[in-house]
Amino acid sequence: MSFDLALTYRAGESIRGCTIRSEAGLVAVTGPSGIGKTTLLNCIAGLDRPLAGHIRIDVTTLFDSSANIDLPPERRGAGYVFQDLRLFPHRTVAANLAYGERPDAHWMSRAEALDFLGIAHLARRYPATLSGGEAKRVAIGRALLSAPRFLLLDEPLTSLDPARAEEILRLIERIRDELKLPTLLVSHAASEVERLAGEVVILAPG
Amino acid sequence: MTAWPTAAEWAVVALSLKVSVLAVLVTLPLAYGLAWLLARRRFPGRILLDAAVHLPLVLPPVVTGWVLLLLFGRTGPLGHWLEGTFGLVLVFRWTGAALAAAVMALPLMVRAMRLSIEAVDRRLVGAARTLGATPWRAFRTVTLPLSLPGVAAGTMLGFARSLGEFGATITFASNIPGQTRTLPLAIYTDLQVPGAESAVTRLAIVSVLLSVAALLASELLVRRSHGRRAHVL
Repeated sequence: MSFDLALTYRAGESIRGCTIRSEAGLVAVTGPSGIGKTTLLNCIAGLDRPLAGHIRIDVTTLFDSSANIDLPPERRGAGYVFQDLRLFPHRTVAANLAYGERPDAHWMSRAEALDFLGIAHLARRYPATLSGGEAKRVAIGRALLSAPRFLLLDEPLTSLDPARAEEILRLIERIRDELKLPTLLVSHAASEVERLAGEVVILAPG
Repeated sequence: MTAWPTAAEWAVVALSLKVSVLAVLVTLPLAYGLAWLLARRRFPGRILLDAAVHLPLVLPPVVTGWVLLLLFGRTGPLGHWLEGTFGLVLVFRWTGAALAAAVMALPLMVRAMRLSIEAVDRRLVGAARTLGATPWRAFRTVTLPLSLPGVAAGTMLGFARSLGEFGATITFASNIPGQTRTLPLAIYTDLQVPGAESAVTRLAIVSVLLSVAALLASELLVRRSHGRRAHVL
């Protein structure tokens, strides 16, 4: 089971519930905006605390309110690509990529990642000087280099022109097919979800 | 006019620098810690702590000096303890002048640092955590470097405030030549002497130069580490 989670959590004013049990390599979560999709990802990454429930990914329990398990974010192994990217503005691209790099779990070297993502030529630049597509690839690279157990992608195609979006879509397909990382994708774009996801979870009000 | 600074003037300037540097160095980590607490943590008594930190800013400095005298005088609870435990006497000493300057500088330093810590996007700290950083590493690598312009600004303000400290110093540490007679106290003393206008002018010019130098130094420091867009003021 790559994803096994059942959660209740607070999103804004309301309390939401979500259950996902899936063997699929890439699960898409979709639903209207304001339904708490990002909050769900934050709960999985350990940045927000769910009210109750459990989160298991592969064999690892990240959170279980009944067993009092609540791993801190740094021990969850989430490769989180934020919608707003959150590149460190005071660090170069290379230093951003190196931030979470783990020498003990090196299934992908930095050179390989740079090549895989096509960002080697950006290494010395600062995030403020990158285009939207470049910054997104750097954010994906930073997440991949932290040797994550799973990926969380929050609206990875927003604010990209069609050509860039297609580029990132292909990249996500390669991550899914070649790296075989369990991936949870949040998106409100039906086309993107249909093309990528092995399983689709729709969050609905109520 | 004699060449300057004369030995006596130089002694006053050196004492002022010594007092201000010690005051700022001792206050720096404390001010940053308080600024971080006030910016990032919600805890009971937070408003009281905030008020206590800001008190020297709103109290008449003479009152602050008097409170220091009550607490750190040789019979005061803290002064008695310091003397008994470490043999340290502050009152009427240059270290006492540094304490008075530190207390007066603290709120200004905390305010500047707190603003810059609040301006650091907490979402970046969250990103650092998901990348495997402990809270301490996230602080060292994200919050601290991104708030450095505020640290520089706070340090500069604190230093300038310490250089100019008068009321609390004269109350707590008195006006002892060579011990606690810093620049403002020396200027005040000269003002009491008929015909010492030129001495006053010379010390006042030194005051202005020191303050401008502190300002420029911190501005340059921040620009060098954070590019042209960063400012102290």
